[in-house]
Amino acid sequence: MGMTMTQKILAKSSGNKYVTPGMLISAKVDMVLGNDITAPVAIKEFEKTGAEKVFDTEKIALVPDHFTPNKDIKSAEQVKLMREFSRKMGIKHFFEIGQMGVEHALLPELGLVTAGDVVIGADSHTCTYGALGAFSTGVGSTDMAAAMVTGEVWLKVPEAIKFNLIGKPGEWVCGKDIILHIIGMIGVDGALYKSMEFTGEGLEFLTMDDRFTIANMAIEAGAKNGIFEVDDETLKYIAEHSSKPYEVFTADSDADYVQEYTIDIGKIKPTVALPHLPENTKPVDELGDIHIDQVVIGSCTNGRIEDMRAAAKILAGRKVHKNVRCIIIPATQNVWKQCLKEGLFDIFIDAGCAVSTPTCGPCLGGHMGILAEGERAVSTTNRNFVGRMGHVKSEVYLASPAVAAASAIAGKIVSPAAIMD
Amino acid sequence: MNYIGDVIKYGDNVDTDVIIPARYLNTSDHAELAKHCMEDLDKTFVSRVKKGDIMVGGFNFGCGSSREHAPIAIKASGISCVVAKSFARIFYRNAINIGLPIVECPECVDETNEGDRLEIDLEKGEIINHTSGKKYKTNAFPDFIQEIIRAGGLIQYIRNRK
Repeated sequence: MGMTMTQKILAKSSGNKYVTPGMLISAKVDMVLGNDITAPVAIKEFEKTGAEKVFDTEKIALVPDHFTPNKDIKSAEQVKLMREFSRKMGIKHFFEIGQMGVEHALLPELGLVTAGDVVIGADSHTCTYGALGAFSTGVGSTDMAAAMVTGEVWLKVPEAIKFNLIGKPGEWVCGKDIILHIIGMIGVDGALYKSMEFTGEGLEFLTMDDRFTIANMAIEAGAKNGIFEVDDETLKYIAEHSSKPYEVFTADSDADYVQEYTIDIGKIKPTVALPHLPENTKPVDELGDIHIDQVVIGSCTNGRIEDMRAAAKILAGRKVHKNVRCIIIPATQNVWKQCLKEGLFDIFIDAGCAVSTPTCGPCLGGHMGILAEGERAVSTTNRNFVGRMGHVKSEVYLASPAVAAASAIAGKIVSPAAIMD
Repeated sequence: MNYIGDVIKYGDNVDTDVIIPARYLNTSDHAELAKHCMEDLDKTFVSRVKKGDIMVGGFNFGCGSSREHAPIAIKASGISCVVAKSFARIFYRNAINIGLPIVECPECVDETNEGDRLEIDLEKGEIINHTSGKKYKTNAFPDFIQEIIRAGGLIQYIRNRK
């Protein structure tokens, strides 16, 4: 029996010729990641081990992005702890305000993660880097602490589900609609403990930003990781962003999958996930009149340059509805600068949007756009759980940047076509 | 090691945002986190939970964020063990790594009611519902994970190896 992409990466990193689902392995990690919520806990656990140094000063990334720029004294203390630990240990990749971005947009952009890597991060959306053909998964703070000491992580080799994507996405359909559609189809535990392996001729129509969005939300189906087959698009991205050595792993033709789906992405319509689970999906055209109070465009899911361009295309020459606050958060300093260069901020500000410095902020109800009781938001983020963005009686509808921008103008949830046609 | 306690029961997809809302994540103080445990799902939890109580949940317990603050808050609130139909994978790792015992047993969850008295024997892989008198078998952890649990968590396990 052959191996999947995930299994091949895990075999190599654990020094095995062959691994099978269910095997417990200890894998060498190429990057360990933490943020201002999870790293402080990891640093305290690290200290308990008695270790005096980290396993590799260049394979740890500490990104204060959740409650930054520090929203209150306690958050400032957390970031201070990260900063001091980074200095003491000589950690190369600590990102101060002014250089930092939302972690899962930042690391690929800087080329710190690449094809064939094993990446663990104390953040559930670490699965994003699977877009590059890496094995990448979220863990907790104690796992992060252990990996900072040993450079290794214990893992159970996952079973795999294959997603064979065919067809070409229609206008206004992007990676977000595809992954929401898939989560709606298989459910929030549809890929529990498993890897989601994306392949198929439809990949040629998906940009890297589409793929980052899709891999990013693998966790919302319960998956251990999501991974894309490496193609010319991936190699082009890697060449432009990274000087790290990389390795391309392809699945064997007789690799074993517990399930296989063929999905015609040409048939997927702009899709929204209704409160309070990402699996509650519907095509936006079937929603009826749902009035909204706030729109958020940004996050590790949809804060990249193509997301900004998609929003700008719809907001250009139009005005945000008088009942709506529209908050736009480019995910990194580079995305910010690119928006500035392309004149996207003129479009956003003329339309009546607020533009923020990079932060995870409102996605997890941290700051920069908290919802009051009874308020409703359309957001390009990844979770719509009870109380996720604020009051326990507020609501979050997950959507693409194009749907979010169109909804900001209409004051209710609409498809981009309703605004543009 | 056996865990005996009264059941506090919830449904499917209990997510980490309701276990401990992000607005309290600007600290990692265990007692502080325990004060807000389950707040957005069940405002009465903190006032009624007793030391040793057992939390029972449905499918995909602990889904969502990687925040270790979630199992920490549950453990610090006094809960001795969580029994669910299934666990989200990061929560599963985190619970093992910090020493919060967790057990998967769909049949037991279906037949257990709020307030029942449960006894869990991790080594034997057995659950007894003392209220109904029923017994259930659960899957024992793989040896490697039992070693982590025996060491008292991943950090101690690593210290022992050095």
